[in-house]
Amino acid sequence: MTMLELVCPAGTPASLRAAVEAGADTVYCGFADETNARNFPGLNFSREEMAAGIEYAHERGTKVLVAINTFPQAGNEALWHRAVADAHTVGADAVILADIGLLAYTAKHHGDLRRHLSVQAAAANPDVINFYAEEFGVKRVVLPRVLSVPEIAAINREIDTETEVFVFGGLCVMEEGRCSLSSYATGQSPNMNGVCSPASHVVYEQSGDELVSKLGEFTIDKVGQDAPAPYPTLCKGCFSAGARTGHVFEDAISLDAASLIPQMAKAGVTALKIEGRQRSRAYVAAVVCSFRQAVKACAAGQSIPPSALAKLSEGQDNTLGAYRKTWR
Amino acid sequence: MQLTLGPLMFHWKPDLIQDFYARIADEAPIDRVVLGEVVCSKRLPFYEALIPEIAERLARAGKEVVLASLGLVTLKRERAMLSDLVEAGFAVEVNDLTMMRYLAKNQKFTVGPLVNVYNTGTLDWLIARGASHICLPPELPIETIATLADHGTRAGAGIEVWAYGRLPLAISGRCYHARLAGRSKDSCLFVCEEDMDGLAVDTLDDQKFLAINGVQTLSESRANMVGDVAAIDGAGVTSLRLSPHSEDMVHVAQTFRAACDGNISAGEALAMLAERAVSPRYSNGFMFGKTGADWSHSQIN
Repeated sequence: MTMLELVCPAGTPASLRAAVEAGADTVYCGFADETNARNFPGLNFSREEMAAGIEYAHERGTKVLVAINTFPQAGNEALWHRAVADAHTVGADAVILADIGLLAYTAKHHGDLRRHLSVQAAAANPDVINFYAEEFGVKRVVLPRVLSVPEIAAINREIDTETEVFVFGGLCVMEEGRCSLSSYATGQSPNMNGVCSPASHVVYEQSGDELVSKLGEFTIDKVGQDAPAPYPTLCKGCFSAGARTGHVFEDAISLDAASLIPQMAKAGVTALKIEGRQRSRAYVAAVVCSFRQAVKACAAGQSIPPSALAKLSEGQDNTLGAYRKTWR
Repeated sequence: MQLTLGPLMFHWKPDLIQDFYARIADEAPIDRVVLGEVVCSKRLPFYEALIPEIAERLARAGKEVVLASLGLVTLKRERAMLSDLVEAGFAVEVNDLTMMRYLAKNQKFTVGPLVNVYNTGTLDWLIARGASHICLPPELPIETIATLADHGTRAGAGIEVWAYGRLPLAISGRCYHARLAGRSKDSCLFVCEEDMDGLAVDTLDDQKFLAINGVQTLSESRANMVGDVAAIDGAGVTSLRLSPHSEDMVHVAQTFRAACDGNISAGEALAMLAERAVSPRYSNGFMFGKTGADWSHSQIN
């Protein structure tokens, strides 16, 4: 079986080196501004750091992708255009884009810079993937987390574009790139600002014997005094609807699809993506190392070693998400 | 200022749908009506057969009829729905770029609020491909709307904003109505039909927050820009989108019409809507506030 490409996150130069050393085929990262979907304080790369990181990776045979996957703000498009030009100049192997205006711009002005379609573009079927390939020369699409494995296989039969799928890390429950829950509560959104449920708007409050996690004005969760306060990621919160109270959208759960790697290979997937540019260098090293073993085992036709990754994920529990059809 | 009635986002019984649009045709001062299923392809068979008749009645009443494409397309049968739309002979509203594959070259189309139009580059691309009318995503602030409206109208496209109704905040592969009922999407038994305006999702401190509608998540508050029509007009917007709810939408449309024409003040318009409202919780924060949920009365004297 062919070896799947392992695409790993790097929020800092140290994480990039850790990912490369742990066996990443490819690392993805972003510039330190709102041009990418992990625009967190202290995260991401200056131009100089990006150039040095790419040089370090290339010397070791690892590719670097630059995510420029937010939607350029009207009147400020130049910031995004500059990010594409600078990624091109420092030798990025591809840029990961979501906005059709920016795709058109990149195809026109940086024709030889390889273009990947971000999960933020929400391309969920063969027609729209072929549309992006024909209109903007997109070579790879990161599939949205709304598809089952058989659906991914069916898509691959109808397209020539490479596909990349998420296998580990934080799980968006909503279709990415089409969610403004965060800006409804905080004014800051993934599409416009590259953030979701931002820490700047998180408040923990003691209320009687309960600890309340709030996002902006809204209570997202409550726990007893002895429990660790859950981070108020909006779609993982506890709410009441009708007669029921609970995690209406999704539990505090992370994606772990390591067990599906052989099926992903059979489904014609090219690359496996690990989420977590906001995570620590140690986390990146550990996850990449585990997945390196899993991908190797899969290529050799062996079974995947029992996943030791559960302890690294956000909550106590893992899910196969939409890859299993009953998740819907 | 034109008024557009957006597509019905909820799963209503077919006879209700028919009555609703009959009244819109006869009584509502609406210029354009977008018809069809945006949220869930499983709902369409219940009323699909009614659409030609409804469309014809609206057209005879002088409304421009536009057929909406599905918002999230994954299945073969959903792709077939898109190809059927092109053959119906009406203008088509693109709600997912998948629809672009089914439009004939140079065929005019409109763009719905679920397509990410955040900047002039995207606007230019869509207009060059034949977009004649574009409803912007609801989360944009008024300054951005002004930039896009200026750019879009110069290039010959109408620019619309979300002006009334629960805000479409997210769409998912998962059906939350089914999940709440302990079912999966494929065996949902159409539990969403019990909630004509979606099901409210409150916080544990009883704050009104969101509403679920099958695979869609909405705001609990209704966006309401009736007090802001002068500012929106000043930004160069050419059309306001009113989203159907179970309340009296003819009254909503009449109030917006009167406010746009300057026949009533912003304060009067707001009072007229609040007086008849099922839910008086409003928001206009995406355009005028710090957060989407904010509600300010920018133009009440």
